[in-house]
Formats: sequence, C-alpha cells, structure tokens
Amino acid sequence: MFLEALTQAFFFLLLSPILLGVINKTKAFVGGRQGPPLLQTYYDLAKLFRKGMVFSRTTTWVFRAGPVVGWLSVFAASWMVPLGRHPAPLAFEGDMIFMTYLLALGRFFTVSAALDTGSSFEGMGGSREVSFSSFSEPALFFGFMALSRLSGTYSLTGMLSPDAYGVGRGGTVPLILLAVAWFIVLLAENSRIPFDDPNTHLELTMIHEVMVLDHSGPALGLILHGSAMKLLLLGALVLDIVFPWSLSGSWMNWLFFVLELGFLAVTIGWVESIMARLKMKHVPNLLVSASLLSAFSLILLLR
Amino acid sequence: MEISVNSLMVLVLLLNFLALGFSQIGTVIRISAFQGVLLAAMPLWLGGDLGGRMLLLCLVTAVIKGALIPGMLFRAMRDVKIRREVEPLLGFIPSLLLGALGLGVGLVFAKSLPMFQGQEKTLILPGSISTILTGFIMLTTRHKAITQVVGFLILENGIYVFGLLLLGTMPELVELGVLLDLFVCIFVLGIILNHIQRAFSSLDSNNLTTLREKP
Repeated sequence: MFLEALTQAFFFLLLSPILLGVINKTKAFVGGRQGPPLLQTYYDLAKLFRKGMVFSRTTTWVFRAGPVVGWLSVFAASWMVPLGRHPAPLAFEGDMIFMTYLLALGRFFTVSAALDTGSSFEGMGGSREVSFSSFSEPALFFGFMALSRLSGTYSLTGMLSPDAYGVGRGGTVPLILLAVAWFIVLLAENSRIPFDDPNTHLELTMIHEVMVLDHSGPALGLILHGSAMKLLLLGALVLDIVFPWSLSGSWMNWLFFVLELGFLAVTIGWVESIMARLKMKHVPNLLVSASLLSAFSLILLLR
Repeated sequence: MEISVNSLMVLVLLLNFLALGFSQIGTVIRISAFQGVLLAAMPLWLGGDLGGRMLLLCLVTAVIKGALIPGMLFRAMRDVKIRREVEPLLGFIPSLLLGALGLGVGLVFAKSLPMFQGQEKTLILPGSISTILTGFIMLTTRHKAITQVVGFLILENGIYVFGLLLLGTMPELVELGVLLDLFVCIFVLGIILNHIQRAFSSLDSNNLTTLREKP
C-alpha cells in the first residue's frame, strides 16, 4: 500500500513533465528539427521556481489562490486514478465523480484567478475554458456510465482494471468508441492542438495560456506542473481502456505502463504535427461529437 | 459472425453521424459512397450460401453506389460550383443530436418488431431505422439540393440495410429493381439540379418556395 502510494506520487510528481518533452520531441522530429531537449520542462520548472513572483496591485487573494488550488486539486484527483494495471491508492464507490469535480474545482479557481486580474483577454480565455469544458464533461461521464455498466462497479479502480471488461465480454466496439471519445476529451482538456496551440502566446486565439498570462515565477511553475499532471491523469484513463491486458509481475506492468505513456505522448505529438488548430466556432462540434461517441458506446452496452 | 456484423454496423452508424456533421459537400458525398460500398459488402459478412447471382448483385451495388452515383454528384458539384453547405435550416450540432436521438429511437423501436431467429442480437434493424432517420434529417434540414440528394442516398442505404434482414428470402430481382430506381432517381435529380441552377443561379432549394416569377 505504502509502496503503491509512493510509486503513484513518483509518477505524477516526477515523471509527468517528461510527457511534454516527448510530445515536443515528436513534433520536432516530424517537422525535421532538432527540438528542445527531452528534459526541457524540468529546466523550465527549475528556472520558474528560482524566480520571484510579481503580483499586480489590482489583484486579491483569489489570484494567489488560483495556481495553488489548481495544482492541489489535480494532485488530489491523481490519487484515484489507477495507473496501468495497478489499483489506485484511494478507491471508493463513486470516486470518478469526486475526481471529475476535483478537476472542475481546480478549473474554477484558475478561471477565477484569471477574472481577478481584470484583464479582458483573460476573461475571454476563462469564458472559453468554462464553455468548452462543459462540452467535454458529458463525454467523460457517458464514458464512466458505460464502464460502470460493463464492470458493475462505481469506482475508477474497479471499472478500469483489465478483468472488469475484456475482449471476450462483447465490449470491444463500445470500448473503441469510448477510447476515441476520451482521447478527444484529453486533447481538449489539456489544450492540445486541434483545440488550442500550446506554443502560441497570442491572446486572441488561446484558451488555457491566456488565463495564466499574469502569473509569474513559482506560481507559473505550479500551473505548468499541474498541466503536466493533468495530461498524465487523463492519459492514464485513456491508456487503461486502450491496453486492457495485464502482464505477469508487478514490475513488468510498470514497465509496460511507461511504454504506454511513451506511445501516448508520441501519438499526441503526431496528431499535433499533422493537424492544424480548429476554428474556434468548430471546437464545440468536435466536443459534441466526442460526447455522442461516448453516448453511443453506452447505448450499445445498454442494449 | 455477430460481432463482425455489429462492428460493421457501428461503422455504418458512425458514417451517419459524420454525414450529419460535415459541411463540405464533397466529404459528405464520399461518406455516403463509402457507406454504400460497405453495405454492398455486407451480405458476404452475413454468411450463408451465396449464389453467383448474389455475388454479382453485391458487385453491381458496390459499383453503382461507390462509383457511378458519386461520380455524377461530383460532376454536378463541379458544374454548379458549390463546395459547402452554409447555414442549414438546423445547425450541425442540433442535427447531430437529432441523429443520436434517431439512433435511440431505432434501438427502442427495433425491440418491438418480430425478428427471425438469431437476428435479435444484431444491430441491423436499429441501424436500418436510424440510417433512414438520418437520411430524413438530411433531406429536410439542408438547403442545397446536392446535400438533399445525398440525404436521399443515405435513406436508400437504410432501406438496403433493412433488406439485409430478408437476405435469402427476397428475390434478387427486387434488389436490382431498387437499384435501377435509385439510379434513375439520381439521374433525374441531376437534371433538376441543373434546372434549379439555371433558373435561380444558385442551388438553394428555398427558392422553390416562392411561386411568382422573380422580377
């Protein structure tokens, strides 16, 4: 139990930033460039945590609470997510709802901090973030409903363990639909390319980056690390569906999970290389399609 | 067999959603063509003893739905120079949601119909009903005549799926007759498209609602 908790913390605290590095390396490789070093996110974090913070005089405590609550909520949510074939350190009935709304709490504080600056651009970003996440939440929840229908449990560890659903239980097609839907949600929630370009800092077109423009130093570091953890968290959900096999031996499973994570990061980088950002007005279309896919998989299972 | 048929049907249903969600007319035509070819191959997946005539019918269906009709539609598209459906009567998201509702209706409705032995578990009947409803949605909510023709094609695909249930009991002549009807229909619709285009210099079928001559 203690060891599991330690590994979970190791994955989320130390290993998650490397995902961003792998994504950027993949994009650089496809684009024929050298790209930033694999550990660039760690360098960025180290740099940010050494710096001082600047707070505008118009901001209140909400602005300071934003990054902290945002980071803490993702970290708290991470304890309920099973990584690979391993049960999560914290599992109880209905924890998927608790996890989703912990993420929503973090989002609420990030948006509040953005609004607190009084900048019109940040308000715009906050409005986008909230409206798009309200589109992606149904996709997530239809998926949870489908999985609990398949596995008969209401906890993430139960519904994502490989023996809860299998190829033999007639769930293959619904699970493929669900994996696609959740991958779209993952891209939207982590502001990856079809939805938002993590590289640009142009206020008019951004969602996530525009909300955190006024943060600096360690606060920005917390936001950066929090987004890396969120990528790992949602990525683990998707990967648990995509690879529903269990290997013998705990260490083999961890190794396999690391490989899966690499696969996920390369896939995201590849998607980002071949796609352009969607027009802002087309984003809801894609998210509604994700919800429909998710609902479709639930309907197939309910039949 | 059941799993593979159901997977194919899920693909067909996903194509329905794609057709409802895209605004580029070329893409929608390609989607309906792909759906037609997929359905033409369906009898091979359903198994059973297929005679040479049945195989020939599958081939003819695939050629007509996958090559001939899309070719005619693409030519019509080139002639009238339109590329995308702008502002349909019902937006793309509402029509997608309506399509999902159609799928739900199909699943519920299919339960209350009598079925042959061994076909209760397949998605064929719900898929057929929801494909027909998708065709209806496209027919009624799109402004451009070409998209309406594609809606008609998807409607016919739904009817074809329904015919799959009666595979082996329905004479091939009926299928061939339906195909001929479809072909003639698209032919006539192509001519109508040209006339609408010549009369109103656009393909918006809303123009047909006013009775008096344009000044």
